[in-house]
Amino acid sequence: MSTESLKYLNPESQTDLKTKVFPRPGQNTTGVINWLTTIDHKKIGVMYGMAALFFLILGGVEALLIRSQLWNHNMDILSNREYNQMFTMHGTTMVFLVIMPLSAAFFNFIMPLQIGARDVAFPRINTLSLWCFIAGGLILNLSWICTGGSPAIGWFGYAPLTDTRFAEVLGDMGPDFWIFSLQILGLASLLASFNFITTIINMRAPGMTMMRLPVFTWMTLIVSFLIILAFPAITIALVELMFDRTYGTNFYDFLEGGKPHLWQHLFWIFGHPEVYILILPAMGIISEIIPVFSRKPLFGYGLIIFSGAIIGFMGFAVWSHHMFTTGMGIVATSAFSILTMLIAIPTGVKIFNWIGTMWGGRIRFDTPMLFALGFITMFMVGGFTGIMHSSVPIDAQHQDSYFVVAHFHYVLIGGALFGLFAGFYFWLPKLTGKILSEKLGKFVFTLMFLGFNLTFFPMHYLGMIGQPRRTHSYNEGHGFETWNQIATVGAFILGVGIAVGVYQFVTAAFNKKLKPAGKNPWDARTLEWTLSSPVKEYNFARTPIIKSRDQAWENNYGDKDKHSEKEPLGDHGVHMPDRSWCPLISGIGLFVFVLGMLFRKTIEVSDNFLATPYEVAIGGCSVFILGIIMWSLEGPGGYHLFPKENEE
Amino acid sequence: MSEAAAHAIDHHEPETSTGIPNKKVLMWAFLGSDCMFFGTLISTHLIYRKISATVGGNFLDIREIFDIELTSFSTFILLASSLFMALAVSAIHKGNLTSTRWMLFGTIVFGAIFLGCQVYEFTHFVHAAGNELTLSSYRGEPHVFGSTFYVLTGTHGTHVAIGVFWLIGWLIYSFTGKMSTADAMDIECCGLYWHFVDIVWILIFPVVYLMEYAF
Repeated sequence: MSTESLKYLNPESQTDLKTKVFPRPGQNTTGVINWLTTIDHKKIGVMYGMAALFFLILGGVEALLIRSQLWNHNMDILSNREYNQMFTMHGTTMVFLVIMPLSAAFFNFIMPLQIGARDVAFPRINTLSLWCFIAGGLILNLSWICTGGSPAIGWFGYAPLTDTRFAEVLGDMGPDFWIFSLQILGLASLLASFNFITTIINMRAPGMTMMRLPVFTWMTLIVSFLIILAFPAITIALVELMFDRTYGTNFYDFLEGGKPHLWQHLFWIFGHPEVYILILPAMGIISEIIPVFSRKPLFGYGLIIFSGAIIGFMGFAVWSHHMFTTGMGIVATSAFSILTMLIAIPTGVKIFNWIGTMWGGRIRFDTPMLFALGFITMFMVGGFTGIMHSSVPIDAQHQDSYFVVAHFHYVLIGGALFGLFAGFYFWLPKLTGKILSEKLGKFVFTLMFLGFNLTFFPMHYLGMIGQPRRTHSYNEGHGFETWNQIATVGAFILGVGIAVGVYQFVTAAFNKKLKPAGKNPWDARTLEWTLSSPVKEYNFARTPIIKSRDQAWENNYGDKDKHSEKEPLGDHGVHMPDRSWCPLISGIGLFVFVLGMLFRKTIEVSDNFLATPYEVAIGGCSVFILGIIMWSLEGPGGYHLFPKENEE
Repeated sequence: MSEAAAHAIDHHEPETSTGIPNKKVLMWAFLGSDCMFFGTLISTHLIYRKISATVGGNFLDIREIFDIELTSFSTFILLASSLFMALAVSAIHKGNLTSTRWMLFGTIVFGAIFLGCQVYEFTHFVHAAGNELTLSSYRGEPHVFGSTFYVLTGTHGTHVAIGVFWLIGWLIYSFTGKMSTADAMDIECCGLYWHFVDIVWILIFPVVYLMEYAF
């Protein structure tokens, strides 16, 4: 048995535990290989964040093109089809390649630190989900160069827009790229969520009971459950759509007995929980920030978590409010209307909790707090218009107008993105070990807040006077021009704000002028602030024993009996896992497999290439399977580190 | 507990907050997610079952092509394979390698028989003279039943096939001489998956097959 083969060597030497079949890159790997083979949750979080910020810029450019096209009546910057492609790619990119992975970046980086774990439960699966996300992002954007260009079907891909017979361009492959990239992105989210659930349930430090978990970790848990229960619906819907497009099944084909309506149901059974998947992480982030900058504990901790859980639960019961105008009948429509009004209650409870936290506190208006306050106010505007939409007659008027665009941008930019930016300003000192420039941060906030409201507030009015969304241009004489021009100016201001912010985040690690942050620059409350900044690769030199909810705060100001203790380090030190090539190999295999599947339609073109698409697909699949087999055989590996007595 | 034993636990099965091994929690989370996969597919089938009965003036009596005796037989085989799986898990926990090997082999054979029946059934349906049921048509007319039927049962078949390959992997591993009770947890996870796939079939069989005879 393997117990005898485990040898504990002396501290200085690298221990070679047990190589089963394949060697794993070891402790002293550096440079690019270090990043490609890493299984460290912090590095994975950084890579998630960098990729998502890149896609944020890309999706932002698409948005600016849309806004330029709407500058005046009958503009011709984009053609009809290009406009449709632009809003499809903008929506898909922002939802799946920006907000979700940015949340995942925070889940990865912060959550294990908050629960006192050395890493997530399955570090290699974590790496695989990162590579799947990047493969999905690449495939979606490769669609620009395929037959027919990018999908022009909206981020919702309603049937029969996706029907091959109604394609504007013969042999349009855009929707196929969209289907496959969403499948891979779904796989990435599912793998990550299984991992986070296991980590939070099973890897908490001693004394870290569920009701001592920081709120952000709680939201991670709830969002992970939402993902594993909501994504299967879209996966199956996409499988059915893929069969429709490839093998001629009739799931959504109304000419041959299918019901396009079914797509809408399946899409929104996923799509509505998805809305909460996007917003709950941001709510978790600001629930961490507001107590710190109000210098008070969070008001109604239990209630905030319970509200989050209720929102997650009810999120599965309101999907049809996206479909009030499809004619579902009075009973179904009323039921979904009532449930939608009810779900506003737990959301409102949270807002009152945040206000209650600030009440009587000594508020400091640093950049993270400004963004958090921006979140509360802007999210409330989006929430109020949301409650308006829960009323069926009003919704019937707002349907497909710019009012809806205003509503969900208030929730997704004013809500989710402001929350995530707050998180960046709050936790980047922990990541880089440096304090970001407050001056530049406040400049970014001002630009974003101004630009955002200039862009989206006029859209309420534009929607009310009848400008339809997803429409390439408008005629003279409707009075749309002035407000559209204000919105376009606002969009460019917002774009500059975001670009400066992204520049600030990306350069933070290299900027020599920034001051060192120290352990706890904000005088913050939760466990991750007891660690040095930047965090050491083993996170916790000694596993902490948790005594209270706001552990960092209690350690600094609390009674002696509430200070955290440390488990002694065993004679074998901190066991670190080795790096691994297998997730990257599996990810590349999956990527090649999908490309082969996608180009199966253009066999005659690719005769000139080295291999037919089917051979490419089989080759990619083989590499994927090979990666998995090597994965299961490479064995635990690992080495031991011996941090000094006073190291954190 | 001796010092050495404590170290072994630290490396192989790290102590968890709940006491349940990490892999098992992961597996349960995956199975919860998989419920939603099959839930979506079964709902699609049920929604279309009535709507599509008379598409194209072409009344569909699926009983004319179903071979309920064969499907009942393969259902029985699949359920019986669960017994082998349970015995394999029990054997590896006790460290009985020979018994584990035979029980894994039995599970694989029964899983393969089920898959063979499904392949036969699909081929038979597609080529049934006068009653051809394809992905997109029935008796040469456009139809939805084939779409929902093949995609639902095919997805289940894919799950069984993945399970069979997984078990074959374990069977091969058992001959490397490295298998020990330390692997019991991993085989148990494999077993959880296998039982889940069986349970899904217990749902699919009445909903897709037996209901055609009742309503």
